[in-house]
Amino acid sequence: MSHETTLNQDEHHADHPTGLARWLFTTNHKEIGTLYLVFSLVMFLLGGAMAMVIRAELFVPGLQMVNPEFFNQMTTMHALVMIFGAVMPAFVGLANWMVPLMIGAPDMALPRMNNWSFWILPFAFTILLMPLVLGLFGIGSGGPASGWTLYPPLSLQGGTNIAFVIFAIHLMGVSSIMGAINIIVTILNMRAPGMTLLRMPLFVWTWLITGFLLIAVMPVLAGAVTMLLTDRFFDTSFFNAAGGGDPVMYQHIFWFFGHPEVYIMILPAFGIVSEILPTFSRKPLFGYTSMVYATASIAFLSFIVWAHHMFTVGMPLGGNIFFMYATMVIAVPTGVKVFNWVSTMWRGSMTFETPMLFALAFIVLFTIGGFSGLMLAIVPADFQYHDTYFVVAHFHYVLVTGAVFAIMAGVYYWLPKWTGYMYNEKLGKIHFWISAISVNVLFFPQHYLGLAGMPRRIPDYAVQFAEFNMISSIGGFVFGLAQLIFVYIVWQAARGGERATGQVWEGARGLEWTVPSPAPLHTFDTPPKVDDSVTTHADRLV
Amino acid sequence: MKRTNELIVALAVMAVIIVVTWGLFAVGDNMPGGVTPFSKDVYQLHNVILAVVTVIGVLVFTAMFTSIVVHRKSKDHEPAKFSHSTAAEITWTAIPVLILVIMAIPATRVLIDMEDTGGADINIKVTGYQWLWQYEYLEDGVSIYSTLDRESNRARQIGSGVDVRTVENYLLEVDNRLVLPTNTKIRFLLTSGDVIHSWWVPDLGWKRDAIPGMVNEAWTLIEEEGVYRGQCAELCGKDHGFMPIVVEAVSPEEYRQWIESRSSQQAADNADEPADVQQVSAADELAANAEQG
Repeated sequence: MSHETTLNQDEHHADHPTGLARWLFTTNHKEIGTLYLVFSLVMFLLGGAMAMVIRAELFVPGLQMVNPEFFNQMTTMHALVMIFGAVMPAFVGLANWMVPLMIGAPDMALPRMNNWSFWILPFAFTILLMPLVLGLFGIGSGGPASGWTLYPPLSLQGGTNIAFVIFAIHLMGVSSIMGAINIIVTILNMRAPGMTLLRMPLFVWTWLITGFLLIAVMPVLAGAVTMLLTDRFFDTSFFNAAGGGDPVMYQHIFWFFGHPEVYIMILPAFGIVSEILPTFSRKPLFGYTSMVYATASIAFLSFIVWAHHMFTVGMPLGGNIFFMYATMVIAVPTGVKVFNWVSTMWRGSMTFETPMLFALAFIVLFTIGGFSGLMLAIVPADFQYHDTYFVVAHFHYVLVTGAVFAIMAGVYYWLPKWTGYMYNEKLGKIHFWISAISVNVLFFPQHYLGLAGMPRRIPDYAVQFAEFNMISSIGGFVFGLAQLIFVYIVWQAARGGERATGQVWEGARGLEWTVPSPAPLHTFDTPPKVDDSVTTHADRLV
Repeated sequence: MKRTNELIVALAVMAVIIVVTWGLFAVGDNMPGGVTPFSKDVYQLHNVILAVVTVIGVLVFTAMFTSIVVHRKSKDHEPAKFSHSTAAEITWTAIPVLILVIMAIPATRVLIDMEDTGGADINIKVTGYQWLWQYEYLEDGVSIYSTLDRESNRARQIGSGVDVRTVENYLLEVDNRLVLPTNTKIRFLLTSGDVIHSWWVPDLGWKRDAIPGMVNEAWTLIEEEGVYRGQCAELCGKDHGFMPIVVEAVSPEEYRQWIESRSSQQAADNADEPADVQQVSAADELAANAEQG
């Protein structure tokens, strides 16, 4: 297959539109990867701005800035924008850029679909954000305010804004499914000769598995929100008890999507960290094979733990016990991963460039998020933790210091390969240290708040929660501002600086480092020969 | 030589991590122990699992930071070549499994205990509305509505000019408290009149969703007299943050007196006014009809 695509290379390389047309019509995996990453960065800043509104309102008790209705719109939109706009597109962007380079393929398998799956996103988010933006100008009832989970009957109470959210989710789903198909097909069909499945870099493995998760669950979400749509506008009663429906059924369907979704946002992060650690430890990844099996086990388990998000809805005893045990089991493969990462570092020869710093912070802070996750699995204790700030702290530890830190580690790691210039290492380290400290000031006190009894999604709180909320808000403002340093670093590295070599990092191994920096628009037109000497892990070398 | 080096660093690193961990525990709040047998069980489970993850965390982070201190290029550390060890991987799969099994046993026991709502002396029906709670004492036909108290409600408005710190129990006070007897098994039947709410008083040790069209069950047995405060825990619209729950636990004798005064007052109210004016809910109507008939 890869031979066919290389046959007419001169012909399809000839046409190079410039300006806007270049980006609109591009089918090149590197350009589409860049589009995804830039889009994700814009969404990250937008979602972050919403978080700033939330933390500003919660800075002191009492309502000062926004009314409760708008506050609820902020929490709802912050989650939707961050999950579907920032984290997921960032991983797809990284996959677009790096998967073909890592497996020695000339491009993605389905380049036109690749273009389409990106260009759906700006339209999807325009639709998603429209009710909120119009609301700011006094048109309509504002954005959705029922939380990103859109639980009925609350989500059906609002105005017609729910229709915008649902249509936007459908579009994002189409985009995600096409992206996932593309990545799976590329990985399964376009690997260079000798790049066997068990020689693939771990980032490629985690994305292969993530791709299957996406295909499996995005249609489930689409189904759930479509039922919401018909309940709201066409008088069906899927979730309306008065009409014979069941509001809890929505939660089951939603979380059957929602839990695998959690792993969609963390498995590629595992992959990135597994690439970075060996490079800066100058030592092969420890336990490559068990890493692959652990990833697959986590993916499988993600399908049978969904109801741990709803222990308080009144499930039968047997249901609660099953979901408790299944959830606890996830700690085992996740533990294997953490132990393997520490073993990778052990007796290595480490240096601490920015990507490594973010990867190390990922391991520590993601593990803390994993610990609180294990606590949340204990059903009787969950009766206390559920829907409090303890949960908010938990999922921000796994999503911000987990997924987002891994994305930043990946960006610093591969940025010289993309732009051909080294980023400013000193600024990178400053960005890291400010982020790593402030993010803990931001989220760690939220554990205390939750344990002390503060529910989540409230715009105002009793005065005994004042101290930790203020500390958390200060951490939030610093963390938010620190990300502007990141934007500056990326912008600077895109424009110039110290030239990067093809190898970039002393300890880096893998096909992506065998091409020059910046990676030319077309790479691996002739497939490279792959043996153990170029793989990142070299498990079989010893 | 190198091994001693690692060991010394590891001990120092562990000391630092333990001090940091101790500090994190010292400055923050922990879960309340509560006033029911169940809440105390939950508190104990919480502390055990917290201790387990803390010990694991200290060990893992000690190994990690020891490596960061010792195995660095700037100290000319030569990288080792090993890339797997089946024995190690089996060990660190098996030990967590063992820990989880040990954790699962008490968790399951406490959970089974919570599910056993039989043998209750009093049944209370809790109905969530946007944004207040209705409590019906099913045996005595008493029904009360419980809303955020007036002072908090005034202070919470934007531009109210009231310093909320001067309001006693800001956002955690209601007009009518849920009065319950101590040392009595009380069963709750929870439902909702509109959207999903969640009834939560931390000192009782649990929360349970109040869902329209469904009736959830839970129970409690309060061992100490006192006032226990909580809030709605499931997002239920714009005033989700403003529908507190206040339980006043009194001795069974005091409780009887309160119920009697309340039900005679309620009967008087119903007799005074024509039934079609005062119908707040179907439940009230039923209770009124029963008394008049």
